Amino acid sequence: MTLLQAIDVKRFYGVFCALDGVSLSIGEGEHVSIIGPNGAGKTTLVNVLTGLIPPSTGSVSFKGHDVGRMGPLRLSRLGMARSFQLVNIFPLLNVRETIAVAAISNLGQGGRIFASLRANKSVWENVERVAHLFGFTAKLEQPAKSLSQGDKKLLDVASAFALKPEIILLDEPTSGVSTAEKAKIMQVLVEAAKHTGIKAIIQVEHDMDIVFGYSSRIIAVHNGRILADGTPEAIRAQADVMTTVVGRL
Amino acid sequence: MSLAETTAAPATRNMAKFAYAVPVIGFALIAVFPYIAGPHYTILMFSAMGFAIALFGLNLLFGFTGLLPFGHAMFLAIGAYTAAYLTAAKYMSLELILLTAAAAAIVIAIPVGLLCIRYIKIYFGMLTLAFSMLLYSFLFKFYKITGGDEGLRIKMPTPSLFDLSKHDTITILTGPLYYYVFGLMLVLALIMWRIVDSPFGLGLRAIRENEQKAKYLGVNVQRYRLVAFVVAGVYGALGGVIVAIPVGLADPSLAYWVQSGNLVFMLLLGGYTNFFGPVLGAVLFIFFQDQLMSYTEYWRLTFGVLLAVIVIFFPNGLMAVIDRRRWWST
Repeated sequence: MTLLQAIDVKRFYGVFCALDGVSLSIGEGEHVSIIGPNGAGKTTLVNVLTGLIPPSTGSVSFKGHDVGRMGPLRLSRLGMARSFQLVNIFPLLNVRETIAVAAISNLGQGGRIFASLRANKSVWENVERVAHLFGFTAKLEQPAKSLSQGDKKLLDVASAFALKPEIILLDEPTSGVSTAEKAKIMQVLVEAAKHTGIKAIIQVEHDMDIVFGYSSRIIAVHNGRILADGTPEAIRAQADVMTTVVGRL
Repeated sequence: MSLAETTAAPATRNMAKFAYAVPVIGFALIAVFPYIAGPHYTILMFSAMGFAIALFGLNLLFGFTGLLPFGHAMFLAIGAYTAAYLTAAKYMSLELILLTAAAAAIVIAIPVGLLCIRYIKIYFGMLTLAFSMLLYSFLFKFYKITGGDEGLRIKMPTPSLFDLSKHDTITILTGPLYYYVFGLMLVLALIMWRIVDSPFGLGLRAIRENEQKAKYLGVNVQRYRLVAFVVAGVYGALGGVIVAIPVGLADPSLAYWVQSGNLVFMLLLGGYTNFFGPVLGAVLFIFFQDQLMSYTEYWRLTFGVLLAVIVIFFPNGLMAVIDRRRWWST
């Protein structure tokens, strides 16, 4: 079943064409990696798919709903979550509170203006469950700004998972972290996806070991166009794609 | 007790206990103030409590939501003029005046808020200032309705709990009405505590920290901001009623930009990262202003220097000197 679909999407920044007629379809059970050299249009594609920026032409739909007409709020309620390329945290909130923001949204309790959050068991149970999945149990009271770079990235992803989304789009979840932390983040992420019932993961990634190690499908982007779309084995077999996108055979 | 507290060093724990004691001691001092100070200072404390109520609301906007309004004094004026109109019409019940002021603040805060919250940072501040100055101009120019620059008199309202008919004004302001306002301040402080300790309060802090991320985590940013604006407006109007009672007058200067600046000054002085900060800021400002005005006509110059010193050396206000933690952190 198709969850997310883009049809002939173009996106211009002035006269520069960042996305040039991109069409794709993401279904249940897929772990899709979007790869490509710098400036290929990967982040623009994720931003268009998540409604952060509208397409100049073409359409994007999530579960049949036009993404262009929905803001992040409606998308999150429909079951879409995302993390960002740069570290995107609430610096002065601690880990517990950061995850709680999403848990509260997921439980539909954001409008409770006079209810005590401290006494809200359902929120804290959700928070502790997600914190356990992502290895944050011992760091719940730690301010987000004091975490390591890898943990900040992981917290960004963990808070998105706390929304219990159906699809999650991760923009370079392992960028700027050490090689050892990259592997840890990916293992945690895949494990957490299994436990939380996420139906599809879309991931922008530069590290080819991660791309080929974890993805079920790879979409190679170059100059705003989809150069190749297939299984890791199929992509690896295309020498021209590997040379253009990865820079090696 | 949180993990951070359990693992904190003993000195930090002692500091934390002391920090918790400060609001208790502070409120206790305000409670006994009429017994240790003369009528003049007690009436000053009466006004300070009114400003403290308004500052609780301002802190919800600034300290929690990250929106700094430069026109919050408009709500003081709304409260004061509500008291003037109702007492002029012989509606003397203080409860009725407070409820009407709150309702008036809601009616005005919703449309004004809907326009202002679409903007952030300086644009939000300037828009609120514009609305405040619009109200000021209206109050100043529409003499037949508002009394113009002379304003409108406020007769002494009567709380339903007390029979004040046999007392003079000073006795009322330093006795039963003082404790009524003290109780009102405590109740409003507790309500504010519940608001900021709620799921909604956490949402506000998330918006303050990172609006974009908050949106993607399902926080309805515009709605949260609007509710915070309206609640702050209600607190401002309730504070305005209290501030205007000892003066006995509602005049346009209550909506003037200087008054909005004073509110921001009070909040910075006491500290927006601490629950007792608004109370401390209001008390220090009112008493310091009173003393300075009696010594020198250049009191504003002194205030300017003081503000510069606070912003440079105590950016989180004086309460942060005692309690370095942000009080809303678990």
